Amino acid sequence: MDAVGVLPLDVVGGVILLWLLLGLFGLVLQNTPHIISSVIFPLGAIAALAVAGTGLWALGEHASYAILPMGLPDLPLHLRLDPLAAFFLILLGGASFGVSLFSAGYFKSMQGNTLGLLCLEYHLFLAGMALVLLADDAYMFMVAWETMALSSYFLVTTDHHVPDIRKAGFLYLLIAHVGAIAILLSFGVMQGGHGIGAYTFAAMREAHLPVFWSSVAFLLALFGFGAKAGLLPLHVWLPEAHPAAPSPVSALMSGIMLKTAIYGILRVTFDLLSVQQWWWGVLALALGLITAIFGVMFAAVQGDMKRLLAYSSIENIGLLLVGIGLTIIFHVYGKDALAALSLTATLYHSLNHAFFKSLLFIGTGSILHATGERNMGRMGGLIRHMPWVAVLMLVGVLSISGLPPFNGFVSEWLLLQAFLLSPGLPNSYINMLIPVAAAVIALAAALAAYVMVKFYGIIFLGQPRGEAKAQPHDAGIWERIGLCWLSLGCVALGLAPVYVVKQLDLVTQVLVGRGLGNAAAGWLFLAPVDIERASYSPVIFLLAVLGVMLVTALAVRHFYHGRLRRGPAWDCGFPAQNARMQDTAEGFGQPIRRIFEPFFRIESELPSAFDTHPRYHGRSDDRIWFALYLPIKRITEKFSSWASLLQHGRIHLYLTYTFATLVVLLAFV
Amino acid sequence: MMAMKQTLGILFQLCQSLLVVALAPLLTGWVNQCRAWLQNRSGAGLLQPYRTLRKLFHKDAVLAYNASPLFRTTPYILFGCMWLAAAIIPIIAIDLPFSPAADVIALVGVFALARVFISLAAMDIGTAFGSLGARREMLVSFLAEPALLMVFFTSSLISHSTQLPHIVETFTHHEFVLYPSLAFAGLAFVIVLLAENARIPVDNPSTHLELTMIHEAMILEYSARHLALVEWASSLKLLAYISIGIALFVPYGIAEVDNWHALPLAITALLVKLALAGAGLAVLETFLAKMRIFRAPEFLGTAFLLAVLGLLIHFLLGA
Repeated sequence: MDAVGVLPLDVVGGVILLWLLLGLFGLVLQNTPHIISSVIFPLGAIAALAVAGTGLWALGEHASYAILPMGLPDLPLHLRLDPLAAFFLILLGGASFGVSLFSAGYFKSMQGNTLGLLCLEYHLFLAGMALVLLADDAYMFMVAWETMALSSYFLVTTDHHVPDIRKAGFLYLLIAHVGAIAILLSFGVMQGGHGIGAYTFAAMREAHLPVFWSSVAFLLALFGFGAKAGLLPLHVWLPEAHPAAPSPVSALMSGIMLKTAIYGILRVTFDLLSVQQWWWGVLALALGLITAIFGVMFAAVQGDMKRLLAYSSIENIGLLLVGIGLTIIFHVYGKDALAALSLTATLYHSLNHAFFKSLLFIGTGSILHATGERNMGRMGGLIRHMPWVAVLMLVGVLSISGLPPFNGFVSEWLLLQAFLLSPGLPNSYINMLIPVAAAVIALAAALAAYVMVKFYGIIFLGQPRGEAKAQPHDAGIWERIGLCWLSLGCVALGLAPVYVVKQLDLVTQVLVGRGLGNAAAGWLFLAPVDIERASYSPVIFLLAVLGVMLVTALAVRHFYHGRLRRGPAWDCGFPAQNARMQDTAEGFGQPIRRIFEPFFRIESELPSAFDTHPRYHGRSDDRIWFALYLPIKRITEKFSSWASLLQHGRIHLYLTYTFATLVVLLAFV
Repeated sequence: MMAMKQTLGILFQLCQSLLVVALAPLLTGWVNQCRAWLQNRSGAGLLQPYRTLRKLFHKDAVLAYNASPLFRTTPYILFGCMWLAAAIIPIIAIDLPFSPAADVIALVGVFALARVFISLAAMDIGTAFGSLGARREMLVSFLAEPALLMVFFTSSLISHSTQLPHIVETFTHHEFVLYPSLAFAGLAFVIVLLAENARIPVDNPSTHLELTMIHEAMILEYSARHLALVEWASSLKLLAYISIGIALFVPYGIAEVDNWHALPLAITALLVKLALAGAGLAVLETFLAKMRIFRAPEFLGTAFLLAVLGLLIHFLLGA
């Protein structure tokens, strides 16, 4: 305990209040938008950094509690900061620091009244996410969850003049609420009918539910949090809402808000429910695998850069769920070392994804400002006009593709190690499932590299394709700082896995009862089990590659000459080449569409060979939307049209209904 | 004793690093020569790749007007990655001191890193062939990479380690046992080797016919020293893949780390194995025909399924 008596929880509470105040200031300062962008957002960023620092501090401390004298009668608001919440606070603070700094530059040109409102919603959103992590009773949790959902809904619909954006926002709101209902029901089940006081998480931990009811609670929670995370088949809002939102908002939603859903699943499964079942793990594993493959497949065929990233988020959520599923399976079978390993991989990947996905999303914001385009098919060659954004996004692209020595590789490596160490589970079906799952993970990771080569290659490399602005400008100074922070995060998380894993041990100890204990391998080597079995040292790796590169470059320069001529591209001697001969985004994704054809609903229109102005038109849609959502929509419409038969707007009819109801009720009395 | 062992280890590591980088073009020359013999041609001789490299290094580099720094850096990255890959696979001695830094999963990562960079560089100039090559390369690799990973997984499960030295040690020290899972893995590995090294039937290293080329399409815009490094990296990659095959499936004859005298024998054994593998590759290439590009995913899908099958068999039979 600290001498001053200040608890980590107090600091985070203070920051949440500060965020709310900053939001209100934004509303007040509508007439001076430059103050909002250059003072309020950076202040919010510093507050975020404070949250991250506090999280790091709270990781090693005992859980701290607070009860606020507000809320329902008999149920004041409970707050609690334990290592799990602390870890997600680090994620929230670390990633939103970069995004807020970026926002300071990004929203500069926005109009005063819109900006004021956006500033309020933005900081409310951050505060809501932090409160979700701190909540220690169901009521507080739901209030925070709804604050988060509603503020993000308003952020998504910032450009509400566009009908498509309103539609996307509505879809998001609808699914968010279907999910929220499921979460509420899950809390209801865990509360077990013991009165309102039992809605605290502490009471839920004590209540030992029978297997049936704890399974119901788990399934409801998986559904509810899955709707927020974008789990199949509840993913449809993601590719609509992310492109609609302003880029920093997409970054917050994809990088951080999706992780609150992961937090929720972990909280319910390992903390609130005392006993898990093995089939929960299998279910989570299977759903995660399907989601991962589905997400990456659809990412490969997108032409809109933000939709592509949204689908890639779905993939990553799938991977996280695979990690959670594995953790449950290992934990149930008492293999706690393995459970700790897969949980570490899951948490590590959450952190990585928060950094690289936020980086890529805010990067698309800079591109959007520079070119006014979201369609990759009209970009190309931006590396020559936007070198800062290009280099920093290359870090994000390499990280998300899971390449050493960046951060995406570390979590992938840990997850694959968990698969490799898994034989010997007592259930032979699971033993069979695990190698198949490992194969699917490997496939998803390789496809992710495909997607990212497409993303980066089409946007930044090659020649400009068409009507985009001739001279796009590079990002401004605030935007660069934001991008730099997040890419530094990617590099640091990639190079210092030993330190990160040591911190994560504090979380896994709480959830599954033991940590990874990497200490034996020393500070240089990451060795999850035993250095004889597996080890990885990104620092040595990086030094070796850089050393060889340097030596080669020097040797080539020394022994030969450095002469260089510039000339036109050769292209096998083909003289009439132009920018339209490069692959478009659709072209680059075409092989994937062809290979996985049954999974897409493809509409395409080919011009005839004699057409003088040929136009090609192709769309690949999600079958789930047509097979699941449209029927639900039709059924809902049908029911509501039946219900509308009763409604005529005439008061005497309604009085007759009331009378009829009373008569019927009297018959029962 | 410990210091002695470490010094020897570093010596072995240096020895192998220099050996692979010097030998790689020779291996390419040997494969080409064997192919020429099989096709009743006299061939250009074993040393032709060295001559080509020398010529390329002396030329003036020509770069497209719009080439970005990424394009110029990529050959060095490629060369660095491939040299690293070839240097850490234990082929002459088991305990290389560098090996704990990167296990088999990281090895797959090194190949992926190089591939992503060469594909990006191919798209950099913005020619029709460049992006075509990049797309096809990524198409081939998204199936080949997981297949390779599954091959590694099978051998890791048998030896309880993802570190190559331990895998090799397990396979050399055990008495000769036929692992059914390894048989599947071996078959899958051959397919992956053909695909990843741009060999027939997936790609043809000796053609510039636009409809068929993959690797060559990506490096069309490179010239002089950049091209030399790319070509050298390709040779190193072929050597690295064959080394993986040797390490996983026929590691016999490899030197122990504290056994100084075994080194000449180990190097001789390695040379014989490389020569046999190169000749085998030439035979395969002579007897197979290049397939249509959209048959390639099926071919590699087979490799992937074979590798997964091998893994499943290991889980089922425990062997």
